[in-house]
Amino acid sequence: MSIILDKVNYVYSTGTAYEIQALKDINLTIEDGQFIGIIGHTGSGKSTLIQHLNGLVKATSGAIYFNGQDIYDEDYNMKELRTKVGLVFQYPEHQLFETTIFDDVCFGPKNQGLNKNEAGLRAFEALKSVGLPEALYYQSPFDLSGGQKRRVAIAGVLAMKPEVLILDEPTAGLDPKGRDEILDLIAKMHKEKNMTIILVSHSMEDVAKYVDRIIVMNDGQVMYDGLPREVFRHYKELEAVGLAAPQVTYLMHELQEKGIPVDMDATTVEEAKNSILKVMQSNS
Amino acid sequence: MGIIKASKLVHEYIRRDEEGNVESIQTAIDHVDIDVKAGDFIAVLGHNGSGKSTLAKHINALLEPSEGTLWVDGKDTKDPKNTYEIRRAAGMVFQNPDNQIIATVVEEDVGFGPENMGVPCEEIWTRVEESLKSVGMLKYRSHSPNKLSGGQKQRVAIAGVMAMEPKCIVLDEPTAMLDPNGRKEVLRAVHELNRKKGVTVILITHYMEEVVDADYVYVMDKGQVVMQGTPRSIFSQVEKLKEHRLDVPQITLLAHELKKSGLAIADGILTREELLEALEKLYHRKG
Repeated sequence: MSIILDKVNYVYSTGTAYEIQALKDINLTIEDGQFIGIIGHTGSGKSTLIQHLNGLVKATSGAIYFNGQDIYDEDYNMKELRTKVGLVFQYPEHQLFETTIFDDVCFGPKNQGLNKNEAGLRAFEALKSVGLPEALYYQSPFDLSGGQKRRVAIAGVLAMKPEVLILDEPTAGLDPKGRDEILDLIAKMHKEKNMTIILVSHSMEDVAKYVDRIIVMNDGQVMYDGLPREVFRHYKELEAVGLAAPQVTYLMHELQEKGIPVDMDATTVEEAKNSILKVMQSNS
Repeated sequence: MGIIKASKLVHEYIRRDEEGNVESIQTAIDHVDIDVKAGDFIAVLGHNGSGKSTLAKHINALLEPSEGTLWVDGKDTKDPKNTYEIRRAAGMVFQNPDNQIIATVVEEDVGFGPENMGVPCEEIWTRVEESLKSVGMLKYRSHSPNKLSGGQKQRVAIAGVMAMEPKCIVLDEPTAMLDPNGRKEVLRAVHELNRKKGVTVILITHYMEEVVDADYVYVMDKGQVVMQGTPRSIFSQVEKLKEHRLDVPQITLLAHELKKSGLAIADGILTREELLEALEKLYHRKG
């Protein structure tokens, strides 16, 4: 079970003056159960890339295999792919439209062809897993807070029982607590349901804290692909393309420069703390 | 009195049913007192729904107080006669750059505000040029805004406000939709305006890192000002901020955690340089 991208190219507005190659020869293998972070500045090709993964955008050339099947085969069931690969767009709460929260979450499974009862069960389960209080289920989604609306929108995708969940900047515009809550929720789903998660984010701190693999996009190409500690080692190169490393990584490098032998690969507060404490203790 | 002064300001959102009976009342601002000195860089923190944006809309006279008074540049926002002048004195920049840009060419967008105010043509061009220069966007003056990055668009929006020559500019989460580079560009532009032109800045944000350089910080929760002070005094209260659904910059958090683990580090460390210095001292003293 995996997604394989083989030499995927995508060109916007082919044959016009605005022709832009958004993806250039992308080769990637996404294994089952991974938690992946995609980073890259605006216009680097992140969103185009994720839209390929559930067939919203068709590659200009190259192939994509989902669980061993070529998704561009004539008889490939694209509809099924879209339920297996759930995509949560940026500001997904803008897509809420039903009169009650429950109906909104039922929309996806109903569209999948499930009957009312089955869809209802799915909706219940999904709303429960995003931690929305039951008392709210039959209220209008528009009266919720920003963070709650976003949970409902995520539940709408979860109700389709995807195997892969892709989230495009799920924490944009949320307050710090709301940010942590959404990310903890995603991490929980990853752990408990062994769902493959692909997280597009502008926050290096969040990416470092949660994911186990980072893909850095730049100019339509994969610039780096590896463990957070490996990728953030290239903080100078990342800066050159409008990205950065987490603040603590910079601190660790600066400490090292001053002759304090800390672990330069630390990317989270926890790692940095442990390394600094260790060095301080062995020094005393 | 400062350029913005609120005295026991209250705002209630009142929902009515079809017959006009009151269905529910939500108090978004609850007896807020603030006093902002001209030329200051003020940050307002608070979680979603804490009342920050409602407060911002009051400063621009988009909303009228339910109780209490707000003066902008000495003018009471409750008096409709003042509305026009208040909006000239306090410009506003919103979260989504795409919702604020209306023209097809950057310089025309920036000129829209002063043109609306009846500024003579000659002067409009001077203002357009100057404000685009002040946000570092002059070379894009004849570009189409829809080809710009988020950070660039947001800087055009700021230039559009600057062209109206306000004394004060209110930015409501101007960087929420931007990538790290865009965020940096916008913040730099806002700080420049504050430093070089003496424009009073009210920055509403969720990013703790953006608050570090402010002169004064207000923290809002449930419509009330629950904390206020310099960034250092605010960020030295890590646990209290967390109670209000906020956090602290990553470096401050690391310093706090190290202190909790027994290292002799001061409270309220804000920058990498400060923490670096503290750790260096500690290391060499022991060694």
